[in-house]
Amino acid sequence: MSEDSIISLQNVNKWFGDFHVLKDVDLEVKKKERIVVCGPSGSGKSTMIRCINRLEEHQEGKIIVDGIELTGNLKNIDSVRKEVGMVFQQFNLFPHLSVKENITLAPIWVKKMPKAEAEELAMQQLEIVKIPEQADKYPGQLSGGQQQRVAIARSLAMKPNIMLFDEPTSALDPEMIKEVLDVMIDLAEGGMTMIVVTHEMGFAKTVADRMVFMDEGRIVEQAVPDKFFNNPESDRTKLFLSQILNH
Amino acid sequence: MSDITESRKPPVATTGILGWLRMNLFSNWVNSLISLFVLYILFQFVPWILNWTIFAADFKYNFNGEEIINREMCSRVLDPENGGACWAIIYVRFYQFMYGFYPREEVWRVNLSYIMLAVAVVPLLFDNFPFRKHFLKFTYVFPVIAFFLLNGGLGLESVSTNKWGGLLVTLVLGCTGIALAFPLGIILALGRRSNLPVISMMCTLFIEFIRGVPLITLLFFGMVMLPLFLPEGIDMDGLARVLVAVTLFQSAYMAEVIRGGLQAIPQGQYEAARSIGLSYWQMNLKVVLPQAIRISIPSIVNTSIGLFKDTTLVIIVGLLDLLGIGRGALADTTWLGLAYEVYFFVSLVFFIFTFAMSRYSLYLEKKLKTGINMGAD
Repeated sequence: MSEDSIISLQNVNKWFGDFHVLKDVDLEVKKKERIVVCGPSGSGKSTMIRCINRLEEHQEGKIIVDGIELTGNLKNIDSVRKEVGMVFQQFNLFPHLSVKENITLAPIWVKKMPKAEAEELAMQQLEIVKIPEQADKYPGQLSGGQQQRVAIARSLAMKPNIMLFDEPTSALDPEMIKEVLDVMIDLAEGGMTMIVVTHEMGFAKTVADRMVFMDEGRIVEQAVPDKFFNNPESDRTKLFLSQILNH
Repeated sequence: MSDITESRKPPVATTGILGWLRMNLFSNWVNSLISLFVLYILFQFVPWILNWTIFAADFKYNFNGEEIINREMCSRVLDPENGGACWAIIYVRFYQFMYGFYPREEVWRVNLSYIMLAVAVVPLLFDNFPFRKHFLKFTYVFPVIAFFLLNGGLGLESVSTNKWGGLLVTLVLGCTGIALAFPLGIILALGRRSNLPVISMMCTLFIEFIRGVPLITLLFFGMVMLPLFLPEGIDMDGLARVLVAVTLFQSAYMAEVIRGGLQAIPQGQYEAARSIGLSYWQMNLKVVLPQAIRISIPSIVNTSIGLFKDTTLVIIVGLLDLLGIGRGALADTTWLGLAYEVYFFVSLVFFIFTFAMSRYSLYLEKKLKTGINMGAD
């Protein structure tokens, strides 16, 4: 593990039953680095980032996040989850709570923040994602793009050092994708460490420091975007890029 | 001549009472036949039942104006052709129906408990109740107050539970059973879904055992066998033993109902709760259970109604609930043969409570439908 890595996956293996989803995955992420992970569906990219905050358990290898190794130790898992925010494809907002309550829930209960302070924090986060006027609505009353931005605000309210995005725009109508990507670009420019699983190659070209391509549970290729898109090494990468870029 | 674009009134035949009748009762000939048949039955039955229960009925005095003190004085015994119900039996024994054999000079304690029960429960049921937060504080301490009020202690004279009876016993069993079974059921439901195999297995075993056994068996178990498990010299109150049985029974059913609600919560909710750092209990209390319980409200009310009616089974182990008092009244030789009146009255009291519960469930369903959209997308 190199000195300035904030996330380090070493030889990680994982199985779902007999199915080998992650095969000898090695990945080092530096502080403030923006990684975009792509690959065909079923290639293990979501599983990999879900291992980083232990929503999935890896069976072999080491995962170290901000100096804490993820093992069965519940205390370690809790501290890692406080460091790592996650945004899901299906938003997963809490439908019985208002937008503001969705965001203040964790600060109040996990960080024991006073309610007034948490609400102020929530409003700040909603400013960042540009929908402060929706604070008192319920998730069911918002559009998909707005819901996803609330989900981002909810994660940011815990002041994470790392943000994981698991196909954040895949469930959105085309015209809502941009509003979510804009928020993510702002975040990237603010210096957040980010790992983004996405098929939005335009976004990848603008913000990624490094592209990671996965196929069949392995990391096939890692490169800076310029090299990755214009001069990929592996044939599998070439085939994948030709399929998603030429249509 | 009126302007041609002016809006006209709809044809008479589609609105108003006539329109409604035509649309709903006589829309085609099958519908019309069924409507006529039902109307005929109602026409035959409703006047008769109203006449029997109210217009031709005796309440305190018979048709000669004498105060009724035994069955021979009932109008329907004196004149079987024209006499209606003889409610005097209920009137004379009303105290027993409400309180059993609770001493008369102490009965204010029961009445006070009834009033406090209303104050404790109503704010709990309606979340727009004014000053609800403050009332709920009272709801939490109410069981303790009610215990000392009804049972005695703290300077109040002790009233043994074998003097309790009638509606008092029915309400104590129903309310305590429902109130205790709710948290127990939640814990059992969570336990059954736990990742820890020992906990999950124990909860499953408990639930399946209790659900596989009739309530009567559990009542006998509470009466006969529970004392064997208690240390020597500790004598558990009869009503308390029955309460244990009723609560265990109800909690198993409640657990299954809530488990059903838990299963409807998408995995993403758990993952989101975990990813923002909530602990297991925070996740369940703040995210999962509020949604799961909302979904299960109709079934929760349904099992609660079931329990409320099942409390009548305690007659088997010698407790005199509302129905038990009724059967006692029937066995009294001065009032022999007034079974219709007694069972009608007991049914009516049960109906008032269960109907209120069922209306409440409908109200909640409507509120949840028009309120928050529960769809996650």
